[in-house]
Amino acid sequence: MELNYYPGCSLHGTAHDYDVGIVAVFRHLGVDLIELDDWNCCGASSAHIMHPRAAVELPARNLLIASQSDRPLLTPCAACFHRLRLCQAHLLEHPADHPYAAALTRVEVVHINEMLLKDEIQKKIKTNINNPLAGIKVVPYYGCLTVRPPRAMKHPDPENPREMDAILNILGADVVNWSYKTDCCGGSLAMTRPDVVRRLSGNLFEAAREAGGELIVTDCPMCQANLDTRQKEIERERNTSYQMPVVYITELLAVAMSVPETRSWWRKHIVDPVPLLRSKGWGA
Amino acid sequence: MEKVLLEDSMPIRPDDGAFLSEVEGLSGVQVSACFHCEKCTSGCPVSYAMDLPPNLLIRHIQLGQRDKVLGSETIWVCASCITCSTRCPNDIDLAHVMDALRRMSMQQGTVSLSRVRAFHEEFMKAIRTHGRVHEIEMIARYKIKTGTLLEDMELGRELFARGRIRLIPERIKGRREVRDIVA
Repeated sequence: MELNYYPGCSLHGTAHDYDVGIVAVFRHLGVDLIELDDWNCCGASSAHIMHPRAAVELPARNLLIASQSDRPLLTPCAACFHRLRLCQAHLLEHPADHPYAAALTRVEVVHINEMLLKDEIQKKIKTNINNPLAGIKVVPYYGCLTVRPPRAMKHPDPENPREMDAILNILGADVVNWSYKTDCCGGSLAMTRPDVVRRLSGNLFEAAREAGGELIVTDCPMCQANLDTRQKEIERERNTSYQMPVVYITELLAVAMSVPETRSWWRKHIVDPVPLLRSKGWGA
Repeated sequence: MEKVLLEDSMPIRPDDGAFLSEVEGLSGVQVSACFHCEKCTSGCPVSYAMDLPPNLLIRHIQLGQRDKVLGSETIWVCASCITCSTRCPNDIDLAHVMDALRRMSMQQGTVSLSRVRAFHEEFMKAIRTHGRVHEIEMIARYKIKTGTLLEDMELGRELFARGRIRLIPERIKGRREVRDIVA
């Protein structure tokens, strides 16, 4: 099986470990990811504010490249996924805004959780699990951009998404139910208002701890970066200790399926997940 | 932060609805449909840091308070999490209205939080230069511009030590195409 793959700027930068993990996990599942040739930035946090036309045309250029084949377009970054689907929603409503609007709206833009839950992939995951993740209370955190706005994102339940819960259940993890699944971590203000980020992300840690969580899992590179890199500051500010590792869903898949490269990924994390994983015998 | 409230002395629509029409025209969102249930304000994760909470921002638009709205911190501290737009019973896409207000505020030169503006300018510049955002270069430029170079030094060192910072930018072949898009 082959998929088109749009990593986006984060996955080629600070979230390079997510990129490597995704490619390794899908290869393990027998899926080849074909990176879009000469892809460009989706415009993410800024184009929709500074340049609304570019907020449509930047994702459109990537969709045009993807439309050259029938393969679905795997888009793991929450912001890229958000921008590509918004672009398609815009072009469905305003087809005159792009000469190839029809072809662009036909590209199947797939979220990573959606992809992992497709029957064929799900079956492969189930047969490949040899290290079930029992014993750690995992907190699924979805963030904003893959569920909102729900119409354009085609999300049926924006207040209570359950895709990662389902994947974690397959992996045998102890999934924590909490009510902050889609509360904002402050991602878009990471550089400009770190005080707001510390407050919002701090609230997430408090809620995760209160729910009994030991580990936060996410599919969004911005959420991961925020929660991992700001955790120490938040602990200092609130005079407490969370020691709550923040990992990607693909990292847990890799552990559960014993993907060999996994070990080299952990050192990228600031809050080290290894002690927790070892204490549960997950063999990290 | 001092919260702005509606003042008794505030004239109703001093501009005969001109500002409201301008905002509705630019955003394509019918702001006048708001009946102030305050669901947006209740669910907004950053309303605590706003001078005008979301529904009051809308009320000020409805009442033609151009300067208060475009000079507010609210429009820049909004995190674009889209919770308000998702929950609005009248289908008002307030997150989208925020984008239009930010552009109007920039055109008018009344940006209250210049750091936010500087960030977005550097982000767009990065796209224009390489076709992709080279994070560390964009962040360095932003930090120099805003005089915040020392703010996250410790964190920067740690990320570098962990190999999370890519030093060489990626440049795409279609740079010219992208430059035309963001021109």
